[in-house]
Amino acid sequence: MSILVNKDTKVIVQGFTGKEGTFHAEQCLAYGTNIVGGVTPNKGGQEHLGKPVFNTVKDAVNSTGATVSMIFVPPAFVADAVMEAADAGIELAVIITEGAPVRDMMFAKQYAVKHNMKTIGPNCPGIITAEECKIGIMPGMIFKKGNVGLISKSGTLTYEGANQVVKEGFGITTAVGIGGDPIIGLSYKQLLPMFEADPETEAIVMIGEIGGDLEIQAAKLIKEQITKPVVAFIAGQTAPKGKRMGHAGAIISGSAGTAKEKMEALEAAGVKVVVSPADIGKAVAEVLSK
Amino acid sequence: MNIHEYQAKQIFAKYGVPTPKGKIAHSVDEAVENAKELGGPIWVVKAQIHAGGRGLGGGVKLAKSLEEVKELADEILGMTLVTHQTGPEGKLVQKVYIEDGADIQDELYLSVVLDRAAEMPIIMASTEGGMDIETVAEKTPEKIIKVQVDPSVGFQGFHGRELVFGLGITDKNEQKNMINFAKKLYTLYMENDAEMIEINPLIKTGAGEFIALDGKMGFDDSALGRHPDIEAMRDLSEEDPDEREASEYGLSYIALDGEIGCMVNGAGLAMGTMDTINYMGGTPANFLDVGGTASAETVAKGFEIILKNENVKAIFVNIFGGIVRCDRIANGILEATKLVDVHVPVIVRLDGTNAPEAAEILKNANIANVISATDLADGAAKAVAAAKGE
Repeated sequence: MSILVNKDTKVIVQGFTGKEGTFHAEQCLAYGTNIVGGVTPNKGGQEHLGKPVFNTVKDAVNSTGATVSMIFVPPAFVADAVMEAADAGIELAVIITEGAPVRDMMFAKQYAVKHNMKTIGPNCPGIITAEECKIGIMPGMIFKKGNVGLISKSGTLTYEGANQVVKEGFGITTAVGIGGDPIIGLSYKQLLPMFEADPETEAIVMIGEIGGDLEIQAAKLIKEQITKPVVAFIAGQTAPKGKRMGHAGAIISGSAGTAKEKMEALEAAGVKVVVSPADIGKAVAEVLSK
Repeated sequence: MNIHEYQAKQIFAKYGVPTPKGKIAHSVDEAVENAKELGGPIWVVKAQIHAGGRGLGGGVKLAKSLEEVKELADEILGMTLVTHQTGPEGKLVQKVYIEDGADIQDELYLSVVLDRAAEMPIIMASTEGGMDIETVAEKTPEKIIKVQVDPSVGFQGFHGRELVFGLGITDKNEQKNMINFAKKLYTLYMENDAEMIEINPLIKTGAGEFIALDGKMGFDDSALGRHPDIEAMRDLSEEDPDEREASEYGLSYIALDGEIGCMVNGAGLAMGTMDTINYMGGTPANFLDVGGTASAETVAKGFEIILKNENVKAIFVNIFGGIVRCDRIANGILEATKLVDVHVPVIVRLDGTNAPEAAEILKNANIANVISATDLADGAAKAVAAAKGE
C-alpha cells in the first residue's frame, strides 16, 4: 500500500518535450512510473520517449485514461497548465516548476479545488511511492520500500530524510515534497490522515521550516487524529529574523512561524522532534523499536 | 523586491490613491529647489531607505522655512540611519523626499498582504496609526480589523463596509472616501503582483479626506518579469552587494556572522546544515543555496563570495544531488581551487545523483585542502573541528 500513487497510476507530463520535462520523464520511466503520454501544444501526434504527445490535456486524458499529471511548464504558464489539468478531469497535479507567481497560484489553486483536483507543489520535488511510482525530480535510488511515510517542505531534506531512514534499515512507503511557496497544494493537514489510514505506513517523518503556520496546524491535527509515531525536524532554527532564506515561504514576521514555536507545538502533540536533520534516521529507528 | 516610499507613492498616484505632493532629491540644492516648487509653507524632509522606523531614527523631520529645509536635507543626506529594521549597522541615506506638510486630524493604519492560511489577500486596518503595528497586534489585537478579499470576486461593497464600520467611521462622506481608498489599494496590490503594501500612517484631514502619508511596498520576485516598470524601480544600492552578485549567478546568499562557510543545494537543506553546525558547537558564516542548476562556474563563484568574508575558517559543501548532479559540483570545486585561492579547509559531502562519479573526480584531483565526509553529521563535525583549528 501507499498513498495517492502506485505502480498502476497513469501519469501524463505537461511540458513533456521541454528540456527539464524530457530529462525527468526519462528518469521516471526508468524508475517504473507508468507514464502514458505527455502534452506539448502543436506537437500532438508525435511520439516522445516512446510515448504519445498530445496538444491538450483533454486529448491526453481521453486517449490514455491518465489521472495524474506531472507539470514541468515554465513559471509563467504554470497556472494555465494547472487549470487545464483540472478542467480535463485530472485527479492529482504534481507541480514541479519553481518561480510561479503567487497571484497565479492563488487563482489556479481555487480552480483546482473547485474541480476536485488535488495538487502538490509548486516548487517541489514531487511524490514517490518507493519502488513503484516516481512523479518528480528526486533521485529514485534512495527510496527503498518500507514502512515510513515522509512529508517535507524542502526538496533536498526529503532526500536527506529518506536516505537516513533507509540507512537505518527501514524504508519508505510514500514520500511527498509539498513545496515551500506561500500557496501550495496538499499539506501536512491532508497528508497525515492519509498516512494514518495506510496500513503499510507505521511511522511518519515530517520536515518543516520557518514561516507560515502549517506545522502548527499539523501539531493540532496530530494530537487529535494521528496514532502512528511522528518524527519531525523544523529547518531554520539559526535563521536570522526577517531574512529570506531562499524559499519564499520561509519569512519570519514577528513571533509567528519561528522554528522554536513550531518545535514546541509538535513536541506538545507527542511528536519526536529532532534538533538536527542528521538525527532523523536515528529517531525513526527509536520510535519504531518501541 | 522592495521599493522606496517615494516610488510607492508614484504607484499610488497612478491609481488615484491620494498622497501629499512631493519630489525626490539627491542633493541639498535639489532639496531646496523642490521645496520652492512645492510652495510650502510647511515641508517634511524624509530619508529614503528600505526600512521602517525612519521617524524614530531621526530620518523624518518637519521644516517651516526654506532655510530649515536646507539644514535638514544637509543633516539627513549622507547620515547613517539606524532603525529597528536596519540592524545596528544602519543604512546610508542617499536620497531625501521633500513633501508638502499635511493637515492631520487622525492617524490610521492600512495594509494589504497575503493571508497564507486563507490563500487570498487580506486588508488590515487600525485606528492606531503611527504606531508600530506589531505592538498593536500584541497589546490590543481587537483594534486591528481584518478583511479577506476573495480574488475571484474582488473588492466588493461589503468589504468596504466591514472596514469603515470596523474603524468607527460614521460620516457618510468619510465612509465613501475610505472605501474608495481601500478599493484602489486592493486593485493596485493585485495588478502589480505586490507581496505587501503598508501605509502607516494613513491620515484623515480636516476635510475628511484620507491620504497616504507613508507607503511601503514589496513585490513578488517571481512576477517581476511581467512588470518591467516596477523592476526599473530596483535600487541596487539598497541591496547587499554580495547577495546581489550571488543572485546574478543563480545563487541565493545571505551573510551571517559565524565562521563556517556553507555551500548547500536547496533552501531547506541549507538551513538544516546551518542548524546542524550550530548544534555541534560551530557557527555558520552564511546561507548559500546553489539552486537546481549549479554548474562548475556557479560553484566557483560561490567559493569566491564565501571567501570574501574574512571570518570564514572552514567551508562545508553539503550537496544531496537530485536535479543537481554531484559530478558537476565536484568539477566546480576543482574549478574553484584554480580560480580562487581557497586557503581554508573545505569539507565536502556529496550524496545522491552521480555521487560515485563525484567521489572519483575529487579523489583523482587530490587537492590538499579538501576533506571528504560520509554524511551530514560527519561533515558538520569535521567542519566545526576544522574551524577550531583541530
